Amino acid sequence: MSKNNPEATLSPEGAERLAAFEAHVGDGGYVEPKDWMPERYRKQLIRMMSQHAHSEVVGMLPEGNWITRAPSLRRKMVLLAKVQDEAGHGLYIYCGTETLGVDREELVEALLAGKAKYSSIFNYPTLTWADIGAIGWLVDGAAIVNQTMLAKASYGPYARAMIRICKEENFHKRQGYEIMATLSKGTPAQKAMAQDALDRWWWPSLMMFGPSDTNSPNSAELIKWGVKKKTNDELRQRFVDLTVPQAEAIGLTIPDPNLEYDEETKHWNFGEIDWDEFWTVVKGNGPCNKERLEARRSAHHDGAWVRAAAEAYAAKRNGHNRATAA
Amino acid sequence: MDANAALVDFLLGLGDDRLVLGHRLSEWCGHAPILEEDIALTNIALDLIGQANLFLSLAGDLEGKGRDADALAYFRIDREFRNHPLVELPKGDFAFTIMRQFLFDAFGYHLLQALGESGHEELRGIAGKSVKETAYHLRHSAEWVVRLGDGTDESHGRAQRALGEAWRWTGALFVPTPAEAALDESGVAPNLAGLEFVWRASVDEVMLNSTLELPEADPPAGKGYRRGDHTEHLGTLLAEMQSLARAHPGATW
Amino acid sequence: MTQGDHPVGDTQWPLWEVFTQSAPGKPHEHAGSVHAPDAELALQNARDVYTRRGEAVSLWVVPADAITASSPSDAGPFFEPGNDKPYRHPQFYKVPSGVKVF
Repeated sequence: MSKNNPEATLSPEGAERLAAFEAHVGDGGYVEPKDWMPERYRKQLIRMMSQHAHSEVVGMLPEGNWITRAPSLRRKMVLLAKVQDEAGHGLYIYCGTETLGVDREELVEALLAGKAKYSSIFNYPTLTWADIGAIGWLVDGAAIVNQTMLAKASYGPYARAMIRICKEENFHKRQGYEIMATLSKGTPAQKAMAQDALDRWWWPSLMMFGPSDTNSPNSAELIKWGVKKKTNDELRQRFVDLTVPQAEAIGLTIPDPNLEYDEETKHWNFGEIDWDEFWTVVKGNGPCNKERLEARRSAHHDGAWVRAAAEAYAAKRNGHNRATAA
Repeated sequence: MDANAALVDFLLGLGDDRLVLGHRLSEWCGHAPILEEDIALTNIALDLIGQANLFLSLAGDLEGKGRDADALAYFRIDREFRNHPLVELPKGDFAFTIMRQFLFDAFGYHLLQALGESGHEELRGIAGKSVKETAYHLRHSAEWVVRLGDGTDESHGRAQRALGEAWRWTGALFVPTPAEAALDESGVAPNLAGLEFVWRASVDEVMLNSTLELPEADPPAGKGYRRGDHTEHLGTLLAEMQSLARAHPGATW
Repeated sequence: MTQGDHPVGDTQWPLWEVFTQSAPGKPHEHAGSVHAPDAELALQNARDVYTRRGEAVSLWVVPADAITASSPSDAGPFFEPGNDKPYRHPQFYKVPSGVKVF
C-alpha cells in the first residue's frame, strides 16, 4: 500500500465504507470521535485543529506584551480578559484534538520542536498600543470569518469548540475596533498610531486566509470532507468586503492603492498579496518566529517542576507512585 | 489627619495593593507552567484590577480633586503609592508567586470579610462584591502551596525558599498606619491585631498541610516595612505601567 | 533523566471531562474537557474555563478514563426504538375524556 495514499488499494468493503463516509459528510452529517473515519481524515483534522490551538496559545504573546503598559484600567482589564479567552480557546481546541487519539503532550512537543505550524500572523511584533486595536479588529475579524464557517465542520468536537469560540470572539473584534475608533478620534499622535498599525497589520491579516486556492493542496480535500465549507479566496474576499467600510467609518485608510469597489460584483477588488513575504514567514523567517517559540519553550521548560510537583502530590494522595522512576 | 483624608488614604492603600499585585500576576500571561494556570492566574489578575478600580474610584470621589481611578493609577509617582511592599516584589518563580499570593490572599480575605461590617456603606458594598472572588483566590493559592510543599523535593525546596523570602514582608500587613488606626476607632476599618490572629490561623493550617516550616515564629514588624514604604521595585514597575499613559497626557484611550 | 528537553514522565496532566448545569433544575451537560492533576484542581480549572461568563451554577468533573461510552456499532441493539413496543409510550394508554392527566 502506498504511504501517500493508503486508500489507493482498498478492498471492496473498504471502498464501500469510504463511499458511505463521504456521502454522509457530503450530506452535512457529523463525525464523532468513535465513528469510523479514513485515516487521512483523522490526520488532516489533527493537523488543522492542533495548528489552530497552537495559534491561540502563541497569540497570547504579542497581545500579552501590552498588558503591563495598557494605558487605562479598563483597557488593562479588557486585554486581560481577551488574552484569557485566547488561552481558553486553545484549551477547547486541544481537548477537541485529543478526541482523535492524540495526547496534548505530543501536540505541545511538536510545537516546541518546530514541527507544528501555527498562524503566521503571530510572528509579527506588536510595536505600539494601536497594534492591540489592529489585532482585535483585523486578526480576530479574520478569525471570525474563518471560524463561522468551521462551526459547521463535519467533525463534531471541532464544530462544537468553534461554536463556543464564535460566541466569545465577537467581543474580541469589537474591543479592537473600539480601540482603533478611539485612537482615530484622539490626538494627532494617537491617530497616527492607529494608521501606522493598520498599515502594518492589513496585509498580514489578508495572508491569514492562506494561499490562493490554486496553491493550497489541502483545500480541495477538506472541502470534500466537510471540514472546510468555503475556499481561502472566498473567505478572504468576505473579510475585505466587511472590513473596508469599517476602516472608512473611523477615518482610516487601507494601505492598498489598488483597492476599488466593483459595482458589478459588489465586491471590493484588492491588490496583489506579497506571496514572498507570506512564504518567508510561514517557513520560519518572519520577524518574531524565533522569539515566539523561545518564549513557549522557556515557559514549558521552566514549568516542568511545577507540573511534576502537582502529579507527585496527586500520586501520594492516591497511595501509589505514578511518577516514572528517573 | 481628618476623617475624610484618613479614609482616602485607606482606600488608596486597598486599591494600590490590588493594582500592583494584579499587575505582577499579569506578567505571567503566556508564560505559566501549563495552559490551565495561564487562565487561572490571568483570571485572578483581572479580579484584582477590578477591585483596585473600585477602591481607587471611591478614593478619587472622596478626595474631591477631580481624580478618577485612572488619574490615580497612572499619574501618581511611586512615593505616593500606598501599597504594602509585599505586593510590589518581582514575581520570581512560580513558587514565589504562589507563596506571596497565598500570604496576601489570606490577609485580603479576612480583611474584606471584616470590611463587610464597616460603618461606611460604600466600602461595605465594595467589600461585599470582592470577598467572593478573594475566597476563590485563596482557595487556589492555598491548594497550590500545599501541592508545592508536599510535591517533589524540588518543589518543596522552592516553596520553602519562597516562604523565607516573603515572610519578612508580612509583618507590615498588621502595623496600622495613622489613618488605619483612626478608622479602626471610628468603626470604618477593621482592627489589624484581630486580623493578624485569624490570618495566622489560616497560614498555620496551610503550612501544616504543605509540610513547610515558617522561618521564624513571628514576622518582623519593623519600621522599615510598613504600608506605603517601598522597595526599589515599585519604581521600575510603575515606569513600565505608566509609560504609555504618561507619554500622552490628557489623551483618552 | 531527560528525553531531549523534557524530563521523562513530563505530562500535561490527566484529562477530565466537564459537565455544567446552567440553572437549578436543569440537567448537567457536557461542556468540554480540562487537564488537571487531581479533582480539586480539575474543579478549579473547569470553573475558570467553562463558567467565566456565568454559564453555570454547578459543575461536575470526571476523569476521562472513568467514562464508558457506547460504541457506534452498538447503536442498533442499544438504541433502536423497537416500534413493536408501544406500551413504553404514553400515547398507548387511553385516558377517559375530560380527565386532566398532568
